[in-house]
Amino acid sequence: MRFYEYESKELFERHGLPLGKRGLAHTREEAREHAEQIGGPVVLKSQVLSGGRMKAGAVKFADTPDEAAQLFDEILPIVVNGQTAKSILVEEKSPIAQEYYVAITWDGRRKLPVLIFSDMGGIDIEEVAEKHPDHVSQTHISTILPFTPRLAKEAIGATGVTGSALNRLTPIVTTLVEIFLAYDLTLAEINPLVRLEDGRFLVLDGHIDLEAEARDKHSALVEELGIGADETRQARPPTPFETAGAKVDASDHRGVAGNVVEFDGDLGLVIGAGGGSLTLFDAVRKHGGRPANYCEIGGNPSVKKACELTKLVLSKPEVAKIAVMMNVVSNTRVDIVARGVIKGVVESGRDPAETITIFRIPGSWEEEGFKILERYGVEYCDRSVSMYEAAGRAVAKMQAES
Amino acid sequence: MPGMFIDVKVSEAVAGDAELSAKLVEVCPVSIFAQVENEPLQIVEENLDECTLCDLCIEAMPKGAVEVRKLYE
Ligand code: SF4
Repeated sequence: MRFYEYESKELFERHGLPLGKRGLAHTREEAREHAEQIGGPVVLKSQVLSGGRMKAGAVKFADTPDEAAQLFDEILPIVVNGQTAKSILVEEKSPIAQEYYVAITWDGRRKLPVLIFSDMGGIDIEEVAEKHPDHVSQTHISTILPFTPRLAKEAIGATGVTGSALNRLTPIVTTLVEIFLAYDLTLAEINPLVRLEDGRFLVLDGHIDLEAEARDKHSALVEELGIGADETRQARPPTPFETAGAKVDASDHRGVAGNVVEFDGDLGLVIGAGGGSLTLFDAVRKHGGRPANYCEIGGNPSVKKACELTKLVLSKPEVAKIAVMMNVVSNTRVDIVARGVIKGVVESGRDPAETITIFRIPGSWEEEGFKILERYGVEYCDRSVSMYEAAGRAVAKMQAES
Repeated sequence: MPGMFIDVKVSEAVAGDAELSAKLVEVCPVSIFAQVENEPLQIVEENLDECTLCDLCIEAMPKGAVEVRKLYE
């Protein structure tokens, strides 16, 4: 769950990170007032949940309050990567001597947070890492042992920063790591973190992403920042298909049958279990298949929930067939999912034998599930067929008919 | 709509007995039985396919009073 820049900065400020004078404007008058209060040149930044603002012309500089009001009108309607802003952040413009980059995110391979620091901030960090690897440090962080300023100092020092800059940057980096860990973030980024010509250090731009599953845990913060319960904060607004998927999942507390993401293929997927969804989705693509959707099914969804998810997947006109596949599951009843899926196919006016390319859910009560599948003529397999192979069979059936 | 996969039958004697009916409502984990005051026990048809085949209803009643049938066998 992504936060706007102004929200991220509010959290940073609460934790003592140094920020410039600023105000959030929803109208041109507010933009003028904030510029007046700041009392000098300002920068106006469109508040969208996406990068590329500068390139889109959604960040502009004003020398006077009147100019700030005028630029407010210019910036507000600018669409940045499909997003339009509802507000503009007006912030003091600062004369910069040096820019730095600092971020903490998750390293999926190491299964640990990683602190990334560079003394070449303000530009794309991937580009810096590629062209100037000696100016980027990566430090993995324990989620058990406390993070100490010494570790921050080592990470900063590894890029060649020394002296007073090293001492001034250390508490900022340490605090950002503490924020990352305290709020279950998936990203805490400051780019750029700057040293001004007068020697002060300031967070110029930054943003945070909260782990979606931790939203309830941090509901107090979410509420304090004024984020509504209906704001999903995804990179793009959900499609009606995805909203319908969320409704299916919310309709019953039992198990999971949702997390639907829409794609433009022709093979509907009812997939899941412990990372199985991602693996199976990739396997379908690897075999040359074109998924019509991603979804997650797991736990012990009710028959109705599995049925409704299947009906939703089949509701897309381009979906000719579906594949029902899961990782090996000990906590999902195979027969219950089989009932739900077959019921969904039948209620969609289709023939299960024709529509379901493959049913591969190895797990509890699978013998009972197999009886149901046999009764409806559905091809199924057990755990002796890998997920990859099952995906291949589904794709082969699609291709045979096209 | 009756179940597509499961059918449940309860003897008239049990369905007419408020105490036994209440027991059935209590034991079924997926609300297949419902009781309305002064009426015989009702089968909630829309929940029939949710039956987990746990046999709790069968065990809670006199032998043969409840039958849970798999329609796919
Ligand atoms: S077998 Fe279990 S789930 Fe099915 S009707 Fe009886 S009590 Fe309910």
